[in-house]
Amino acid sequence: MLGQNEEGIKKRMEGRVLKNKIMAGLFFLATSVGLIFLVLLFYRVLTQGIGYLNWNYLTSGPAPYPEEAGIWVGMIGSIMLMAIVAIFSVIIGVASAIYLEEYASQNKFTEFIRVNISNLAGVPSIVFGLLGLTFFVYIFNFGYTLIAGGLTMALLILPVIVVASQEALRSVPIDLHQASLGMGATKWQTIARVILPAALPGILTGTIIALSRAIGETAPLIIVGAATAIYTLPDSLLAKYTAMPIQIYNWTARPQEEWQFVAGAGIIILLAVLLLMNSIAVLIRNKFQQRL
Amino acid sequence: MTKISEETQETRTGGLTSKPVVDRKDKQQKRESKNVMQVEDLNLWYGSNQALYEINMDVPEKRVTAIIGPSGCGKSTFIKTLNRMVEMVPIVKTSGSIKYRDQDIFNGNFKQEYLRTKVGMVFQSPNPFPKSVYDNVAYGPRVHGIKKKEVLDEIVEKSLKDAAIWDELKDRLDANAYGLSGGQQQRVCIARALAVEPDVILMDEPTSSLDPISTSKVEELVQELKKKYSIIIVTHNMQQAARISDKTAFFLNGELVEFAETDDLFQNPQDKRTEDYITGRFG
Ligand SMILES: Nc1ncnc2c1ncn2[C@@H]1O[C@H](COP(=O)(O)OP(=O)(O)OP(=O)(O)O)[C@@H](O)[C@H]1O
Ligand SMILES: [Mg+2]
Repeated sequence: MLGQNEEGIKKRMEGRVLKNKIMAGLFFLATSVGLIFLVLLFYRVLTQGIGYLNWNYLTSGPAPYPEEAGIWVGMIGSIMLMAIVAIFSVIIGVASAIYLEEYASQNKFTEFIRVNISNLAGVPSIVFGLLGLTFFVYIFNFGYTLIAGGLTMALLILPVIVVASQEALRSVPIDLHQASLGMGATKWQTIARVILPAALPGILTGTIIALSRAIGETAPLIIVGAATAIYTLPDSLLAKYTAMPIQIYNWTARPQEEWQFVAGAGIIILLAVLLLMNSIAVLIRNKFQQRL
Repeated sequence: MTKISEETQETRTGGLTSKPVVDRKDKQQKRESKNVMQVEDLNLWYGSNQALYEINMDVPEKRVTAIIGPSGCGKSTFIKTLNRMVEMVPIVKTSGSIKYRDQDIFNGNFKQEYLRTKVGMVFQSPNPFPKSVYDNVAYGPRVHGIKKKEVLDEIVEKSLKDAAIWDELKDRLDANAYGLSGGQQQRVCIARALAVEPDVILMDEPTSSLDPISTSKVEELVQELKKKYSIIIVTHNMQQAARISDKTAFFLNGELVEFAETDDLFQNPQDKRTEDYITGRFG
């Protein structure tokens, strides 16, 4: 059949192949737009900040002069903040996911909750800031403290962790549930011994990605009162604190040009931390895939 | 060939009041046999779809009962009802009664965990845990609270031997079970089920994903196992049912059409539909 009009087919083939090439080019172009801006961003941040990035910068706190200022207090503040966020959001998030996926009966109500948790993940972070201000700062009367900031951020990423954990739990083959329950194990034994270990890499990956979102967040922290200039590390959960993005934001707002470079150096550190966290997430995922 | 081994009647523990299997051959030969499970008027619905209709069946002790029938006739549904695994599907509703050694398994006081300890299951495709062979087999005993290493070692060895895979795997107990062949995995899953020391073993097409050699190993194994366990095996393969079972149940469209001694059912089917099916004159 094809043989009868081989000429026509050949001619059209050229057209088709050409079209394919054009499309490939267009898609490459689209990708390039993103890449170019990313490269520009890195270039700008690096050229501006690298000059100020030295040991002294890493180990000192804010100072009245750009040459003396450093990221230390902000960095440790961010780490402490993340520790609080991780503890609360992982415990509550994974427990909620286990309830929703494994225990809750499948009805309209639980379906409604599921959908809304996913929706919460899309709520602007500033709204969570206001929530934290009302509850933790005022009602719980924590004031502008580390714990208030940590809990606010924990709420912010809680939906992300619930959704990621639900997906991880759901991806554990039903076969494994059946095998365990079929031997007389209780639901909890099945979850603790089979389901959670199998879902753990997925949960960890989701958690790290959620944390790396939290570590760059500025708006909610401003609302719940992270300090902009603080010279000592927080010594308790009820101490004042600052965080890297707050520190950077504060420096960029200053008029003298040198402060832009100080901020640039801070952004480099922040990006480095983000890249590190994302690489860990990728590593965990790859290791897990190899094992299966 | 299929015949009731004589020792099944002697090794039985007395005191259980079960009525004898009511079927033609047993009546004819006045042979007494105890039942490990009794199904009475069982109906099952998935939502509004009825999948099982008025099933009555007595499962004999220490024999192999095969369940045959065309795809979708309710074989899997039926055996999953026997250990209440079918209720993992939330829309399932049942009526009627199932007794395990004279206890009603649907009774609220009868724990599912206990039922599944007594009525173990081997699934269609091998489903080992992503753990070592040892941890797979030790899973059940551990779940039931056995912690002592020596005891676990003993159970693991015995179960793997009973599942006829000890010699193949005794040097690889620490290897991940995912790295084994399909046939080996399935026998590890059988060992894992045996480690709980069940009374009844349900097998849902345990050889359907295996090659002929692994299949015949599992078939030989079933012959061994029936000395100690009551076995119910679903199979698509009528030759297999004829080879390995003592009794055979033929299901069609959710009904139990005929249930008889395997020889009888295949050589002298009483129901036209059974005859059509086993002679292949059936869709
Ligand atoms: N989870 C489920 N939800 C709704 N209907 C189901 C479900 N599982 C099975 N069924 C229905 O119940 C009937 C019996 O299915 P079942 O799996 O027991 O058949 P089967 O005899 O085991 O078939 P096969 O030989 O193909 O394994 C089918 O009509 C099927 O569509
Ligand atoms: Mg089936």
